[in-house]
Amino acid sequence: MSRPVASGGEGSVLERVFREAYGQAVATLIRIFGDIALAEDAVQEAFVVASDRWRRDGIPPKPAGWIVTTARNRAIDDLRRSARGRALLEQLGALATAPHGAGVEERGGDGPVRDDQLRLIFTCCHPALRTEHQVALTLRPLGGLSVEEVARSFLVSESAMAKRLVRAKCRIKAANIPYRVPDQADLPERVRSVLSVLYLIYNTGLDAPERGSLRAEGIRLARALVELMPGEPEAAGLLALMLLNESRVPARTAEGELVLLRDQDRTRWDRTLIAEGRAIVRTCIRRGRPGPYQLQAAIQAVHCDADSFEATDWPQIVSLYDHLLSVMRATACRPIASAGSVRASAVSSATRWARASAGKVSSRVGSSRSPRAANGRAASVSAGREPRTT
Amino acid sequence: MSQYLLSTYAVEGEVPGAPQTPEEMQASMRRVVALEDEMEATGTFVFGGALHGPDAATVIRAGDGDVVMTDGPFVEAKEHIAGFYIINADDLDAALAWARRVVDAINHPIEVRPFRATGRVQA
Repeated sequence: MSRPVASGGEGSVLERVFREAYGQAVATLIRIFGDIALAEDAVQEAFVVASDRWRRDGIPPKPAGWIVTTARNRAIDDLRRSARGRALLEQLGALATAPHGAGVEERGGDGPVRDDQLRLIFTCCHPALRTEHQVALTLRPLGGLSVEEVARSFLVSESAMAKRLVRAKCRIKAANIPYRVPDQADLPERVRSVLSVLYLIYNTGLDAPERGSLRAEGIRLARALVELMPGEPEAAGLLALMLLNESRVPARTAEGELVLLRDQDRTRWDRTLIAEGRAIVRTCIRRGRPGPYQLQAAIQAVHCDADSFEATDWPQIVSLYDHLLSVMRATACRPIASAGSVRASAVSSATRWARASAGKVSSRVGSSRSPRAANGRAASVSAGREPRTT
Repeated sequence: MSQYLLSTYAVEGEVPGAPQTPEEMQASMRRVVALEDEMEATGTFVFGGALHGPDAATVIRAGDGDVVMTDGPFVEAKEHIAGFYIINADDLDAALAWARRVVDAINHPIEVRPFRATGRVQA
């Protein structure tokens, strides 16, 4: 889902194309030059050229490929001007002597570009980076949001966000955080880290209407991840979870106040999103490789299936929470304080709540925990904050 | 190729998770020796060592044309570096993979830090 484009017009089409192309072009330039800052500078220069030329001649069929070629040539020209740059080009070998544009066009194809982006996702969400750095990198170099947009989403000044991004890129360089897809052995842990960053972005958007664009951004990045890692069921699970949460957004606030799940006007839920989320959940079930995000999505799917709070299939929800809890206990005992990891205790309390709801749904839940708190805690996975109701 | 410091910390002189019995000690030594053999064989090992406790430390400061020595560590803290490795690694992921194996061998947390520069200062 792309962000809504403001008021049509050529400028906003360009804006959308730029955003889509930005992450792809930066990812490829990083592979070529091994440096995020250099890649971003070159891509920005190419965008300046593009905004003139494309307005005049129209948008080329493969905008990202065009940007990559232009940015690469700009970067090489820039590097040739300094001794250090020439040394870097020397290191990069054949590239420096290759004629302009050669060997780049085919990068416009899907294969290598997608590999580049996948590598960049793992770099931006590396567990050695702080959560705030992971999020900023995922939105800017990867997601293509402007620094100003990222800053606005996190209620900090543009200069503070720019500094944060510089620090994050310095950290990658200093620690030599690699730009590659992790080994098979590290993959599950690293995928968890990527998923938690994307869900944190989505949930930050869910927290406050002024940050609503982050929800669309989270969903867009989750869709991209599913395309990049079709064999990873938890990526699909995360996308389904976001879509099902998103389906209830129209009903979850009234006059600025949160509306509890039980009180929501279910006719306002978005059936298209529910259908898509539910279809993904079904595919996940057929795959038979459950994980925390898939199970949370399945729980949300059961909620979305019910015509009323009372008609909810509570035994099914209890059994899914039990399953979630056992999966959490199996995976959460690793000593990784990953920002978004679901806490087993939260799931445990949600399980108790679901069980209580199953028994006493007609007489308002008698559990000491409010359903809002328990459900919210389990359904929302955010960085150590108490999430709100769904 | 980058270089990384892998350090272990003792808490109030004790290394948490350190072997308690002679058998545990022997098993731990075997693991560490095997790991260091592998580090050396792969060109990973640069240097390593175990340090005496902070009570063996001396701090030297430049005073008024004078050098002042004081007994004890530079930082008064519960935690002190107990030992370390300096390793060569292609990137952070490679360094973290070695660190994980050190953790398995010694049953104790490891801090991984990249070197900003190594070797002699170039004028």
